[in-house]
Amino acid sequence: MHLDAVALLLAASVNSGTALALAALGLLVNERSGVLNLGAEGLMLVAAVAGFATAVHTHSEVLALCAGAAAAATLSLVFALLVVGLHTNQYATGLALSLFGSGFSAFVGVPYTQETLADRAPHVVPGLSKLPVLGPLLFSFHPVVYLTVLLALGLSWFLFRSKRGLVLRAVGESPESAHALGYPVRRIRVLAVVAGGALCGLAGAYISVVYTPLWVEDLVAGKGWIALALTTFATWRPARVLLGAYLFGGVTMLELHLQGEGVDLPVQLLTMLPYVATIVVLVLIARNPDWIRANMPASLGKPFYPS
Amino acid sequence: MLRLEPRAEPSRVMALASPLLALALTVVAGALLFALLGKDPFRGLEMFLVEPLRGGRALGELSIKATPLVLVALGLCVCFRSNVWNIGAEGQFILGSVFASGVALRATPSSGAGLFVLVLLAGMLGGMAWGGLVAWLRDRFNANEILVSLMLVYVAEQILSYLVYGPWKDPHGYNFPQTATFLAPARVPLLLEGSRANFGLPLALLLTGAFWLFLYRTHAGYKLEVGGLAPLAARYAGFSSRSALWTAFLVSGGMAGLAGALEVAGPVAQLTTHVPLGYGFAAIIVAFVGRLNPLGVVFAAVLMSMFYIGGEMSQSRLGLPKSLTGVFQGLLLFALLACDTLITSRFRYASRRPAIPGG
Amino acid sequence: MLRLELVDISKQYPGVRANDGVCLRVEPGQIHAVLGENGAGKSTLMKIIYGVTQPDSGQIRWDGRPVSIGSPVQARALGIAMVFQHFSLFETLSVAENVWLGLASEPSLDAVRDRIRQVTGEYGLELEPERPVHSLSVGERQRVEIVRALLTQPSLLILDEPTSVLTPQAIDKLFVTLRKLAASGCSILYISHKLEEIRALCHHATVLRGGRVTGEVEPSAASNADLSRLMLGGEPPRLERRARAPGEPALELKSLALPRSGLYGTPLVGLDLTVRAGEIVGVAGVSGNGQRELFAALSGEQLRGATGSITLFGEDITRAPPRRRRALGLRLVPEERLGRATVTTLSLSENTLLTRTEAVRRSGFLDRLGLAALTQKLIGHFNVKARGPRATAQSLSGGNLQKFIVGREIDAKPRFLVVAQPTWGVDVGAASQIRAELVRLRDAGCGLLVMSEELDELLELSDFLVVMAGGRLSPRIATADAEAQQLGEWMSGLWPEAPNDGAGAQHAQA
Repeated sequence: MHLDAVALLLAASVNSGTALALAALGLLVNERSGVLNLGAEGLMLVAAVAGFATAVHTHSEVLALCAGAAAAATLSLVFALLVVGLHTNQYATGLALSLFGSGFSAFVGVPYTQETLADRAPHVVPGLSKLPVLGPLLFSFHPVVYLTVLLALGLSWFLFRSKRGLVLRAVGESPESAHALGYPVRRIRVLAVVAGGALCGLAGAYISVVYTPLWVEDLVAGKGWIALALTTFATWRPARVLLGAYLFGGVTMLELHLQGEGVDLPVQLLTMLPYVATIVVLVLIARNPDWIRANMPASLGKPFYPS
Repeated sequence: MLRLEPRAEPSRVMALASPLLALALTVVAGALLFALLGKDPFRGLEMFLVEPLRGGRALGELSIKATPLVLVALGLCVCFRSNVWNIGAEGQFILGSVFASGVALRATPSSGAGLFVLVLLAGMLGGMAWGGLVAWLRDRFNANEILVSLMLVYVAEQILSYLVYGPWKDPHGYNFPQTATFLAPARVPLLLEGSRANFGLPLALLLTGAFWLFLYRTHAGYKLEVGGLAPLAARYAGFSSRSALWTAFLVSGGMAGLAGALEVAGPVAQLTTHVPLGYGFAAIIVAFVGRLNPLGVVFAAVLMSMFYIGGEMSQSRLGLPKSLTGVFQGLLLFALLACDTLITSRFRYASRRPAIPGG
Repeated sequence: MLRLELVDISKQYPGVRANDGVCLRVEPGQIHAVLGENGAGKSTLMKIIYGVTQPDSGQIRWDGRPVSIGSPVQARALGIAMVFQHFSLFETLSVAENVWLGLASEPSLDAVRDRIRQVTGEYGLELEPERPVHSLSVGERQRVEIVRALLTQPSLLILDEPTSVLTPQAIDKLFVTLRKLAASGCSILYISHKLEEIRALCHHATVLRGGRVTGEVEPSAASNADLSRLMLGGEPPRLERRARAPGEPALELKSLALPRSGLYGTPLVGLDLTVRAGEIVGVAGVSGNGQRELFAALSGEQLRGATGSITLFGEDITRAPPRRRRALGLRLVPEERLGRATVTTLSLSENTLLTRTEAVRRSGFLDRLGLAALTQKLIGHFNVKARGPRATAQSLSGGNLQKFIVGREIDAKPRFLVVAQPTWGVDVGAASQIRAELVRLRDAGCGLLVMSEELDELLELSDFLVVMAGGRLSPRIATADAEAQQLGEWMSGLWPEAPNDGAGAQHAQA
């Protein structure tokens, strides 16, 4: 294979993995505070339809992405109030969020299923994108892709080098101890959930506005769930999340590539690939429960009752 | 200032009242939604709450939707009470319909009238196998059952798609992705003339009674409950979490598979890509709204079926999208979870008095 | 001028008056003990001083001025620091990071490290700033809490039952630190119910009982009898001990060894022990030295021992599940009442069913009437104050729930009973009832193994003692021959014939 083709394949993996990366980073922020958000899929769906609708009406990509993030952030706030304020079961509430998001997005999206967005010029870094190999590989991405990388690096720094990040990790480790030390645990958790939700929203809007600019019911097709697995697989570290997401993107690209090459396999088998890959990942990460427990925010999924 | 403080004891009254309160909140939210969409709220609510109960034929339609919901939710009750999170009931439903179709397609005009029993059993086996797969991955590899069962839903959808687009496609079906229509012996018998209610209804009611006895009157049901409430106590008592895991997945998989078989061998009478209707997910809501109690599940299933039918009616009579159903169902679950807090906590007016006089 | 003065502090909780007109006077540089049994109101008083909760009435004065302390943040601003009985530490973070999180102002992590080194040097506390907290022993963890408190440069340091997790040697070291601190002008409030320690350390003591102050004394001048009378309202109930001829070997441990389970466990290294029928053997030792693991091996929650290492009346039960052990007559009372010995939200009837299977019919169906009757019998026989068999476990007080649990196991007529922390957090009345029941069981011919952190309790109950340290067991000695000093050394792993390579001792040493 030509180097150019490899570069294109890698670039496509990055493109494809960006939505997953954003969602997983959002979930990482959630989970670092100790809140498990099973509603990621619902958030992404609602954000996708909100973003798409905004794009149709305003023709502005930036507004559309912001609208998606805002919609998801609002729903996340509701989720946070229930889970942190009213101590509802995190698993059940997250599921409720996903189910609601799925139904709500289908409902709101009905008038938009036939719409298309205006064609836009491809985003490239002027000049640099003409370089051979490196051009398509590094300099021809949509701004959101670069944003995602910056975000991952920024989160890494925040979590492991700043005091605020340390406080967040402490809250996830032991909310009772953090509370005893005087930290506003519930406020921190709500902030984390809303911020993480906004990132999931950005991911969802990216899919419907940039990546595959259209809206159909269940557009997200399970990426929210895969992002949950990815966060655990990456042991809650932003840099690993990024790599894992691009790897997954690669698997999806492989599936399309094989389909395109006319490989004689049923198309459904290829479509299954990302989901089966996720199951494999889930098996692999669970092999050593001690290792997971050492890295996992210890209070993940458990309610916190300020006494 | 309004504050939330824990109760000394969980309130039995609220445990019963919470679903009703949640329903009330959903109705209010629904009325607002109708008004926002420019439709008469009363007419809209009538679609959802009154019309589905009007007349014998309507009740028959209700039973067709409620029956699979009851079946799947009964299995999920066992799961959630054991703190085993089977989110992939939809996938087990699909595999059940697939296995059932496999047997149903073998029917010939001279097959015995009891073939449908085999069809249903096959469906149950299919669901059990798919659920058992999750249990095995959890038991052997400690893989997270929530995500695995969910991924298997997507895999199941692809299996279904492959079969109806490929080897099982009806050669006389104008190239639509569907199997041949099942012959009479393979189909579930109807109960009454003029109604689509079928054998599934008494079966569901019978199983409701059986599950109730199992969960509340047997030692095995007690062990599952303890395992779900306090895993440490269950270990101390010597209750096996492994057997709880397998029981939960085999039972709920089997029930979901049975529901899938009933759906495909009942009203639809053939396997298509439209067989999965999201009952596997709706049943999660039914289980919670029914308080994980088989008797409650029946009421919750009827309620959710009313939402389904209401959604269909809103589409045909008010021009609103059918997906309105999903919105109502999601709202109901949210409202229920919020109202459930009142079982363990209560609101109090607490004044911010100064800590020490003179301080 | 007094550093801290509490005037007529009262606090009411539903059903109980935790503090009733309490007055407290603490001078600068004074080590002031607050003495009382479990349930006397000490914790509530400390929570009020530290701002975790507010009194219903009364006044607090700090350096002569009336103040209101609305939150721990405000308490710290005044100069009050507190070391809780249950630590507020983050296991996966380092010592320095843990301390940093406890400081209100925000110097950098490096500055914190330097200050830690300075303080630990000054007060003789051994602590490395970079170690993750999960690798520290319990005593070392307490040191982190103390360092965290010291770095806030407090004028008042409150210590809540600090010595329950320390060996006698570590207690001495702690006292050195505290005396030094008091000499520098910081007042110390020392909460405890251990008379000897208070006498050794404290200048002054206020005694609480039932929420009220029953007296103030100079500990060095008061006798044990005086202090007991103030704490308990009378002489402590004496246990009747009857000499018994020991029976056949009931429980035998032969080189029981278990690898470390999980991240924070303790491996068990070749345990040897024989307990005979009709005798009580007490297992002394600071928590975290393998007691939990030993209990799990005995109960059947942990089945990884080598076959033959645990026998009950001659039968090998090392790999037997809990049901089989119960059938053979082995019963256990774990240290966690809620969530392990009982299910918090279930009724007493349903909790009886946890370990008693009399009400299960052969068909698998439950005999609910029979179960209720059995539960009612337990409630009556063991003096459990509850509304009835339908009352939930969480509605009972600690003492009553413990009576129910112990009663549930004793009523099953065991041949051997293992009990962990029988009277932790239990009021005096219930505690003496429970201890009496255990002795009655022994007199009836049952063998008992009692694990407890309270050395006094073990000295009172047991016929023989062993000490657990670093996952190993000391040789057994008769209680009559035991001395506190010697036991203290053994708690650090220093008993004769032990491979004294320091490996086992490291964990126990604080």
